[in-house]
Amino acid sequence: MSAAQSRVNDFVVKIGTVNGTGSASANGLLMKALFRMGIPVTGKNMFPSNIQGLPTWYEIRANKDGYMARSGRVDVMVAMNAQTYKQDLAEVSPGGFLIYDSTWPREHTLQRDDITVLGVPLAKMANEHFKVARVRILMKNVAYVGVLAALLNLDLEIIKQLLTETFADKPKLVDSNLEAIMLGYDYAMAQFTCPLPVRAEKMGNGNEGKVLIEGNAAAALGAVYAGATVGAWYPITPSTSVMDAFKSYCDMFRTDPETGERRFCIIQAEDELAAAGMVLGANWAGARAFTPTSGPGISLMSEFIGFAYYAEIPSVFMDIQRVGPSTGMPTRTQQCDLMLAAFASHGDTRHPILLPKDPNECFELSVKAFDLADRLQTPVFFLSDLDIGMNDWMIDELQWDDGYQPDRGKMLGPAELETMEKFHRYLDEDGDGIPKRTLPGKHPKGAYFVRGSGHNRYGGYTEDAEEYQDVLDRLLVKWETAKQLVPGPEIRHAGKHADYGIIAFGSSHGAVTEALDGLAEEGIHADYMRLRAFPFNEEVEAFIAAHKTVFVVEQNRDAQMRSLLMVELDAPADKLVSVLHYNGLPIPSDCIAEALREHIAKEAAA
Amino acid sequence: MTYIKKPRIDLPGRGRNEIGLTMRDYEGGLSTLCAGCGHDSITAAIVQAFFELSTPPESVIKLSGIGCSSKTPAYFVSGAHGFNSVHGRMPSVATGAMAANRDLVCIAVSGDGDSLSIGFGQFGHVVRRNLNMLYIIENNGVYGLTKGQFSASADPGSKAKKGEVNVMQSIDPVSTAIALGGSFVARGFSGDRAQLVPLIKAGIRHRGCAVLDVISPCVTFNDHEGSTKSYAYTRENYHPAVYTDFVPPAEQIEAEQKDGEATTVTMHDGSRIKLRKADNAYDPSDRSAVMHYLEDRRTKGEVVTGLLYIDEDLPEMHAIAQTEAEPLSGRAFSDLSPGAAALAKLQKGMR
Repeated sequence: MSAAQSRVNDFVVKIGTVNGTGSASANGLLMKALFRMGIPVTGKNMFPSNIQGLPTWYEIRANKDGYMARSGRVDVMVAMNAQTYKQDLAEVSPGGFLIYDSTWPREHTLQRDDITVLGVPLAKMANEHFKVARVRILMKNVAYVGVLAALLNLDLEIIKQLLTETFADKPKLVDSNLEAIMLGYDYAMAQFTCPLPVRAEKMGNGNEGKVLIEGNAAAALGAVYAGATVGAWYPITPSTSVMDAFKSYCDMFRTDPETGERRFCIIQAEDELAAAGMVLGANWAGARAFTPTSGPGISLMSEFIGFAYYAEIPSVFMDIQRVGPSTGMPTRTQQCDLMLAAFASHGDTRHPILLPKDPNECFELSVKAFDLADRLQTPVFFLSDLDIGMNDWMIDELQWDDGYQPDRGKMLGPAELETMEKFHRYLDEDGDGIPKRTLPGKHPKGAYFVRGSGHNRYGGYTEDAEEYQDVLDRLLVKWETAKQLVPGPEIRHAGKHADYGIIAFGSSHGAVTEALDGLAEEGIHADYMRLRAFPFNEEVEAFIAAHKTVFVVEQNRDAQMRSLLMVELDAPADKLVSVLHYNGLPIPSDCIAEALREHIAKEAAA
Repeated sequence: MTYIKKPRIDLPGRGRNEIGLTMRDYEGGLSTLCAGCGHDSITAAIVQAFFELSTPPESVIKLSGIGCSSKTPAYFVSGAHGFNSVHGRMPSVATGAMAANRDLVCIAVSGDGDSLSIGFGQFGHVVRRNLNMLYIIENNGVYGLTKGQFSASADPGSKAKKGEVNVMQSIDPVSTAIALGGSFVARGFSGDRAQLVPLIKAGIRHRGCAVLDVISPCVTFNDHEGSTKSYAYTRENYHPAVYTDFVPPAEQIEAEQKDGEATTVTMHDGSRIKLRKADNAYDPSDRSAVMHYLEDRRTKGEVVTGLLYIDEDLPEMHAIAQTEAEPLSGRAFSDLSPGAAALAKLQKGMR
């Protein structure tokens, strides 16, 4: 046994189980217990593309300073899956702990002297205590919550309360779950020195004002609050829970409790091509409509995305990115669809992209996506990822301003049409590149013909060179307008002069801030710009110009954001240094710190 | 240019419909299809049907995919909103539009290439979803715009203009739509306007997906000897199984059941379709019998026409989805957004 470091409210617990064994509820219980003890906490799910029987991990980070990214360490490993025991053992940080099910002997060749290994006969205890086979499997997992409660000093009263709330309508389950927890708890208390030096202590105000939520739920809430009424989709991991959540919130808020009538329409399409067509049709006819999907879906939707760009139909595409190329790894995360989203479809096309960093921004930017789509009359991408979308994040409670009114853009109503001589669909009257539109079914003068074929500024079909080019050039004017309308970057200055800049976006944010804080203690300072949208505005350009070296952190192999910056802003290639992470796991902070250190040392040596 | 503005000539003495519009008000731009194209006859039938139904033009949406047939929405009801979508994807756009605003009158024109090849999936699913629309397939067995390739509806043994003989099986939109659970399936012929107009009217008024396959010969690429989609072949093998009369809600059915073989189907808006059967045994509500009949006639090389199958009781998309009666697109924002208090309450469960 090696000397363990004391880590109070600053540790990572990782649990390796077999999927389909109910470990999700056990892990959720652990997360919430830490949360209610007031400790900032985050949970990341590393699950297989499978229903039952394959290895799955859940990584909980508790951190008093509020760092939410993966840290690159594992302080306590719960190795419930014999299949991954070797790998799990290897992953524990020196000085850490490994808990395993000692019902079965582990392989003695697998040893480590620098960690503490604790055996608990979980299966044996569960088998002796519970009769039904399925219950035994589930309770074995609940029992490790009890073991961890003893070892990590979790508040048993909070755990009891959580069980009572979870199984409010099934009191029997409260009892059986509690029994299982106490099996583990009592065993650990009797056999080990509890708590461990790695442990939790209640802190602060019990995380008041915070909630635990997945990004996909927040994005769906955004769609509900933005007034979206039509959702069309084709099931695809990791975006499915967006539509699941949209449906459950619509059931909650938009279903007549007496008649069952729904003030929304969700259509499960035959494929992503159709889902995109439905979104276009619904927006064209005046609803706010969206589709949640992932990279493979965007590939299929590209045909309609180009149509929407050229015919100027508002539409919201939520891409919850997963690992590519092709089918890739559907249950792993990446930021690999930037280029695809920016230029989706054939011909000259470009699309605004919003880049939420966490569930809070998922909510905010989901609403923004609908406003921008209506204002700009174009497809707008909401580019989240599996890490944000499907993991449990602790965030400030979502806020809503009751004074919000949707920006439906330049829409002509019957009264305005009545006084008009003639309506022309693609006329730019005020120089911002955005024409006026009408809705079907409202007024005879509003009729026009939507087409993806060549058209002129009046909306008529054309094959005339000048007329065609006139419209295409006007779309570029609109693009300039978009730069002013999309959210600008968020810039965090180092507090002192810094030659270095760092650019990141989306789910990399937490890892970047933690890395920068750590580097600052070592005397390495960098200004940080978090991009929130594409296209880029002047602030982005100025930030790059103001720094000698700019690190661009992104979770893909090909440095897609760096390419976008170079293409759009003519940013000099030698100035932009890539920090890339693309193995499918959420980016950890230590990999960013290491990359910066290394580059800076190399520069100094040169 | 495929759209030429048609000069407006109001001929004196021409009738006006119930909402005071003339037939001309239901026309569109000048067709740029080949002279004699069957599609233009169908366009004329659509114009007449809408005129006679006194449909307000602005309440109509007209959609299409890509191909010769898909150009035609530009040639009728210029006061309607048009949507010329991408190849084979019209049904999804129609689905979205009708999801947003269920009060719109949706007519869509597609072709055999658009619906039976590239858009076969969307065709199938819009039928299955029973979207409230009239889905016309202008069927000529050939790709016109790309100059004469066989389409999926080309019959085995049918000869192309350059002499090539099709050996693959054909896809029949009528039997396909019935097999998919279609609620209204009909076939017409562009050369028989008397039959086509009531079919279009009934299809418009049908609450659900009305599939109307119209044999529409391509005079340029598929009207020669040896083609089974030519005017000559269709006329020779033309076999109306049912004659259809469309009776608007206000009118009485005259000469009730005079031949003893007529059946009346009352539609959801109160209008009725009167079906006079050419074949005594034909029952357009008996799905398996219809399928059997169609297969029997197909083997004889006959082109069976009329309202071949109808089930007015199948629920359409919104009934299935339990959508409220008022169009979603008309809802005020205040009816849609739950507000700050609801959000705060919801988040109490996220701790």
